[in-house]
Amino acid sequence: MCTVTPISMTVGANRIVPTIAIPHPLGNPALTHEEEYALRKKLVTRALEALTTDVKDQTIFEV
Amino acid sequence: MSYRVVHYINQFFANIGGEEMAHVPPELREGHVGPGLAFNQAWKGEAEIVQTIVCGDSYYAEHEKDAKAKVMEWVKAAKPDLFIAGPAFNAGRYGYACANVCKAVQEELGIPVLTGMYVENPGADLKDKVLMVSTTNSAAGMRKAAPTMAKLAMKLMKGEKIGASCEEGYMPNGIRVNFFEKERGSKRAVDMLLNKLADKPFVTEYPMPTFDRVAPNPPVKDLSKATIALCTSGGIVPKGNPDHIESSSASHYGEYCLKGVDKLTEATYETAHGGYDPVYANEDPNRVLPVDVMREFEKEGKIGKLHEFFYTTVGNGTAVASAKKFAAEYAKKLVAAGVDGVIMTST
Repeated sequence: MCTVTPISMTVGANRIVPTIAIPHPLGNPALTHEEEYALRKKLVTRALEALTTDVKDQTIFEV
Repeated sequence: MSYRVVHYINQFFANIGGEEMAHVPPELREGHVGPGLAFNQAWKGEAEIVQTIVCGDSYYAEHEKDAKAKVMEWVKAAKPDLFIAGPAFNAGRYGYACANVCKAVQEELGIPVLTGMYVENPGADLKDKVLMVSTTNSAAGMRKAAPTMAKLAMKLMKGEKIGASCEEGYMPNGIRVNFFEKERGSKRAVDMLLNKLADKPFVTEYPMPTFDRVAPNPPVKDLSKATIALCTSGGIVPKGNPDHIESSSASHYGEYCLKGVDKLTEATYETAHGGYDPVYANEDPNRVLPVDVMREFEKEGKIGKLHEFFYTTVGNGTAVASAKKFAAEYAKKLVAAGVDGVIMTST
């Protein structure tokens, strides 16, 4: 899970989920606590989907 | 008096034969054999190959200890000013033997050594230990390799200063030397950019590390039974950073237990990471390591369980080699603990 996905591609990650921002990849301080938690849940859900998906090559799982 | 050189070659370059003769044991011959002639010619009498050691590639690979001992015995007796091996081009066992005997001669006898091979030859793994000229991948490159090696060899024998790898033709060996460039950095960078835009050749002054590629692992079959671990390069550590993970160029990683931890809080965790504004991660460390969400998924039964340890380091300026070493170590721990999948977060 990474904000700068070109770096994930360069280093060779196979399952990549784009995130929000460098200092808070899995959150957004501009949101309310509840909204932020929901956002994080959505992102982690996507990561779990990526883990259960068969990939043949480096893949970016857009959220 | 001219400098005295001992040369190491394989059965093929000694004209004994190819693969069918690769089993021949080491043999000592007087004078030059095969490619040694080209070295002698390039040295124009200033140096001379006094003896040539010939060894079959398979023999060396299969009897490394004996073969090396024999070579060392002969080189020690000959007391040459230089030991030269190859060039081996892309012949794997030959390259390995060249690099390996050179290393032994240099370290055990204190005699300068030089070899040459193709950069992808397995023997080139020793390029940081043994000076080796970069050659083409086939013996067709001998005409170019021999003079380059001969010139560098002469400098070694005379004890002259060795220039940069790009000038002398050897493989970069990780040694950096300070020097003044003729033109300032901004000018060089703009020249490089203009060449790039014009599709002209240019040489970077800061090559990127080469990253390996791994085949994707098969997917996790059943999340509801899976153990999922969290790892991060975002520097999340227990408050106070007990293992003193550096804020940049981390020298180690941390392993921390999550038993009984429902979520990360400002009071209990923080980030050790430099280079990004740590305010948001310190305020709510779940923004980097999502323990809160993973605990909810665990309770719901969406995942089997959250692994009880998380692994963490600081990615800021950390060497690729260090990161690789950390991961190789904790990946083993994850596998041993029966972890099925890992979510790695990075900042």
